[in-house]
Amino acid sequence: MNCNQVMREISEYLDGELTPDMKRQIERHLEGCGHCRTVLDQVRMTIDIFCDQQKVELPQDISARLHQAVKRRLSAQR
Amino acid sequence: MSASNPHRLPSKIVKDDEHLLVRAAKRGDTQAFEELVSRYEQKIFRLTMNITRNKEDAEDAMQDAFMKAYTHLKDFGEESRFYTWLVRIAANEALMRLRKRRPNQVPLDQPIEGEDDLMPREIEDWGPSPEQRYAQNEMGGILNKVIDQLRPDFRTVFVLRDIEELSTEETAKILGISVPAVKTRLLRARLKLREMLGQYFQQGGQGELQPGHA
Repeated sequence: MNCNQVMREISEYLDGELTPDMKRQIERHLEGCGHCRTVLDQVRMTIDIFCDQQKVELPQDISARLHQAVKRRLSAQR
Repeated sequence: MSASNPHRLPSKIVKDDEHLLVRAAKRGDTQAFEELVSRYEQKIFRLTMNITRNKEDAEDAMQDAFMKAYTHLKDFGEESRFYTWLVRIAANEALMRLRKRRPNQVPLDQPIEGEDDLMPREIEDWGPSPEQRYAQNEMGGILNKVIDQLRPDFRTVFVLRDIEELSTEETAKILGISVPAVKTRLLRARLKLREMLGQYFQQGGQGELQPGHA
């Protein structure tokens, strides 16, 4: 298995979705390839940073308008 | 070297009492539904904002998603989680607005070219804990800038799979594309985001991204 083939499988490797045989082949390559190991670690880090640190603030006015709209809808239903 | 476990743990967003609130809301308890709105509005806004990258569209998509959820609450079978169901509705609302605003831009089912060469050209060391080198708001700015520049079809898959933690099958269903297409886009999105973050994180680097979609 070469670097490009490893890159093709890197996502599914991270998600634990590969067959045991494919996983073994990738790990064998990773043991001897610093480049692929670095990319793998950085991709893993990228996902974690996005999940943990990407903040999208909900502006107060948008939240207030949502609650107003929901209240209107709920009272119309009664 | 091991990746025996998937890199993410199951979602911690959903609290245990969700099904009780949903049942109460189904019985007509309006406070229960309002509690569900309060609980998930922040998350749903992040989702719609991440897909549309436009505040106005994100707000509309979020409002319509909650309204639709309320209208169809009686049809919600409780075999899945309410939050996942809500994410599905909100993602569809956001996608509709994205397609409307950018009809000529990168359709979600566009084939991906250049499949052969995936090995990144730049592999720089990020040094230890790059996330600790930036203040929280500074990091937030970088992440928003980077995700803004990702192709919408890659971005949407990344948001649904990695941020919202939906399954590949659920993501494929929402987007109306095949499971292999979701996998290809997710791989490309992750590699592209790594590359773009690398411009900031490589030691001593303070990258500036160029406008346009990556």
